[in-house]
Amino acid sequence: MTFTYKTLAMSVTAVAAMGLAGLAQAAYPEDDITYIIPFDPGGESDVTARFQEPILEEELGVSVNVTHRPGGGGAVAWSEFQNSAEPDGYEIIGVNIPHIIGQPIQRNDAGYETDDWRIVTFFHSTPNALIVSDDSPYDTLDELIEDAKENPEAITLGGSGTYSANHLDMLRFEKEAGIDLTYIPFSGTGPLKGALEGGHVAGIFNYTMLGTEMADSVKVLAVAAEERVKALPDAPTFKEQGYDIVGGAYRGVAVPKDTPDEVVATLEEAFAEANRQITEKQEPLGFVMEYITGDEVDEVMAMLREAYGPILEEAE
Amino acid sequence: MEMLLEALTSLLTFESILTVLIGVSAGLFIGAMPGLTATMALAMLLPFTFSMEALQGLIALGAVYMGSIYGGAFTAILINTPGTPSSIATTFDGYPMARQGRAYEALAAATMASVVGGIVGVIFLLILAPPLARLAVAFGPSEMFWVAMLGLTLVASLSSDSLLKGLLAGCIGILLSTIGVSPVGGESRFTFGYPPLQGGIELIVALIGLFVIPELLTMAAEGRGALPGGGELRKKEVSIAKIARHIFSKPVNLIRSCLIGQIIAIIPGAGGNVTSLVAYNEARRFSKDPKSFGKGNIDGVVASESSNNVMVAGSMVPLLTLGIPGAPPDAIILGVLLMHGLRPGLDLFTESGVLTNGFILSMGLAALLLLPVGLLGGRLIHRVVIRTPYYFLVPSIAMVTILGTFALRNSMLDVGIMLILGTAGYFLRLIGIQAAPIVLGLILGGIAEQGYVQTLMAAVVDPIPWLRLVSNPLSMVLAGMVLLGAATALVPMWLARKGLLDKVEEDSGGSS
Repeated sequence: MTFTYKTLAMSVTAVAAMGLAGLAQAAYPEDDITYIIPFDPGGESDVTARFQEPILEEELGVSVNVTHRPGGGGAVAWSEFQNSAEPDGYEIIGVNIPHIIGQPIQRNDAGYETDDWRIVTFFHSTPNALIVSDDSPYDTLDELIEDAKENPEAITLGGSGTYSANHLDMLRFEKEAGIDLTYIPFSGTGPLKGALEGGHVAGIFNYTMLGTEMADSVKVLAVAAEERVKALPDAPTFKEQGYDIVGGAYRGVAVPKDTPDEVVATLEEAFAEANRQITEKQEPLGFVMEYITGDEVDEVMAMLREAYGPILEEAE
Repeated sequence: MEMLLEALTSLLTFESILTVLIGVSAGLFIGAMPGLTATMALAMLLPFTFSMEALQGLIALGAVYMGSIYGGAFTAILINTPGTPSSIATTFDGYPMARQGRAYEALAAATMASVVGGIVGVIFLLILAPPLARLAVAFGPSEMFWVAMLGLTLVASLSSDSLLKGLLAGCIGILLSTIGVSPVGGESRFTFGYPPLQGGIELIVALIGLFVIPELLTMAAEGRGALPGGGELRKKEVSIAKIARHIFSKPVNLIRSCLIGQIIAIIPGAGGNVTSLVAYNEARRFSKDPKSFGKGNIDGVVASESSNNVMVAGSMVPLLTLGIPGAPPDAIILGVLLMHGLRPGLDLFTESGVLTNGFILSMGLAALLLLPVGLLGGRLIHRVVIRTPYYFLVPSIAMVTILGTFALRNSMLDVGIMLILGTAGYFLRLIGIQAAPIVLGLILGGIAEQGYVQTLMAAVVDPIPWLRLVSNPLSMVLAGMVLLGAATALVPMWLARKGLLDKVEEDSGGSS
């Protein structure tokens, strides 16, 4: 009996091992891929995923299911992903900077770590922009700064979320310009439009997309990018005006830490192709297309960590 | 006008009408299932529209939206469980009517009210969109705070027997709303070191738990079906014409509810749950016989159902003009618009005006189709709900409820929260603490908090910061309305206690 069991066990093991080897060698992907968006439908992350979905499906030859798992500003999905996703490339998740840098510093129980996954690529960024309405007394950034010097804290700027890209870069701007403003967090881009049009805030510190979307009714005083963005050719950068502020939100996609290199490479290529095909749709909206992969991911992370880290620690 | 005609032509094709018909039917059935909200109906059917053209996709979703909001009335009336949260107020009188054997009457009234409401909303959207959009942005943080406060004064009227229990329930709701990451400030609160709780308690999860589970437990405990004695659809034969005459001969209630529905629909985030509650409350306040509300007054059903269907098209005023969802399901419509490269704003009414008007008109068509679909499908739903013995019904509803809750965010935690809240809700109900004020506190707590904190942050340079809450005319008016609302609830109670209203109490004593 013992002998039979042993043989059986051995043969089963052998078969299993062969099976596993076969699996590992089989070309990824063979199954449907789940693409988790940690935010509500309708947001920038979701809209981008919808654009990418058909192209990814074509490139990868399997269906890509976009699912939403909103909550806690992304943290719910991220902590769940780091705790339970299998490193096989069949579960991928959207990641956003600065959320994944800020939340683990700021919260004791974010439930995930900034680095405890492998970021495949950042496919686009949305630079911050300082936007006021058409009837605002400020025509230039300097006018706003002058007023802020005379009336500290009196100018209210709305933005999306607390310690978000908007908030952090506004804090950097305050430091650079030596002024005090008042930041009012809103729950997203939607309410910000209303807040600006209804005159409930003096201006908003949000992304370039809002500047293009509301082009008819707003003035974009400054953009936090290296150079002017294509959708807003008339809006000057902070740099042009003497303030070294380059920042915004980066959106990308991550897989679990131990995912094989080939899988990561396949995904990288598919996302790059998707990016190339949707550039025409996204650039006019104010997105800046990026192709950040491999070591560049770490560089970007390090750069932004350096920029935001001190502000976040201070806030602690 | 030319654009409107062109839009009408594009709508009057076989394909479009079929799309609306299917959309309304699908929405009706999904909306009628407890736990499956209009938002979920839209989300579930969204993938089917991906392959369609922009107009067809929007038409389909608009029809689903209209159908599902109306569908919520069915289960609200038949089993005291709002199929969608916007039908909460329909349960107050619809279910008592059903228990009196007047289910058919209630359903017919709900159908007519929904049709009228739906069409009124479309007319509002069509004519008033641009000017009303300006009204919507006037609601800043301080105004939103007062709107939430106004909603909370409802607590007093929802707690018919004891103000104290009502307030207690409201406080439970507000406390529940503080779980998770704070709306302003971003701190995580009351997570007890458990990361998934950062997401807070999803409103719909709480709604399902607090409304469905206690009802199921009560049904199981009492060993009865949804309706007593098999509950015939029409114990008392009432003709549709007679119901129609009742509703339309005194249209004040209908007009008032539609107006309330429209005004609240424009306020971002308020949604159908609030509209129907406010419309119901006002119908009761203005009624000659307020004591009959909650005991099967048809006007309560009409108020709730007309106002929530006004909201369907009405809430798209801020959506189409500003990109601000007036109600949660609109967020999905927004997603579809963006997917087709349509940005909310003036462009929608000029450049792509034909498409936008076609979409708006299709919702009017959807509202009209509620009548045949509702009256035919209604019998089917009624039959399914009534003929099924409770020992099949209870587990089936429980199953659908649990699946629906899970599907919401693919989260077992939500299922757990739903079951915990539901069980707690059952015991709270036994001691007289009702679910409705708890839910009200949960919805409005977050809105009030956000408005209050944002207002005070902006007022950091003011000598007396909280004065900012009443610093402009609109917020003063709203604050006045809150005081008035509180007074109308408290003063009669106080007078009664003083013994000044003894007579009235005696008059109504017999019926309660």
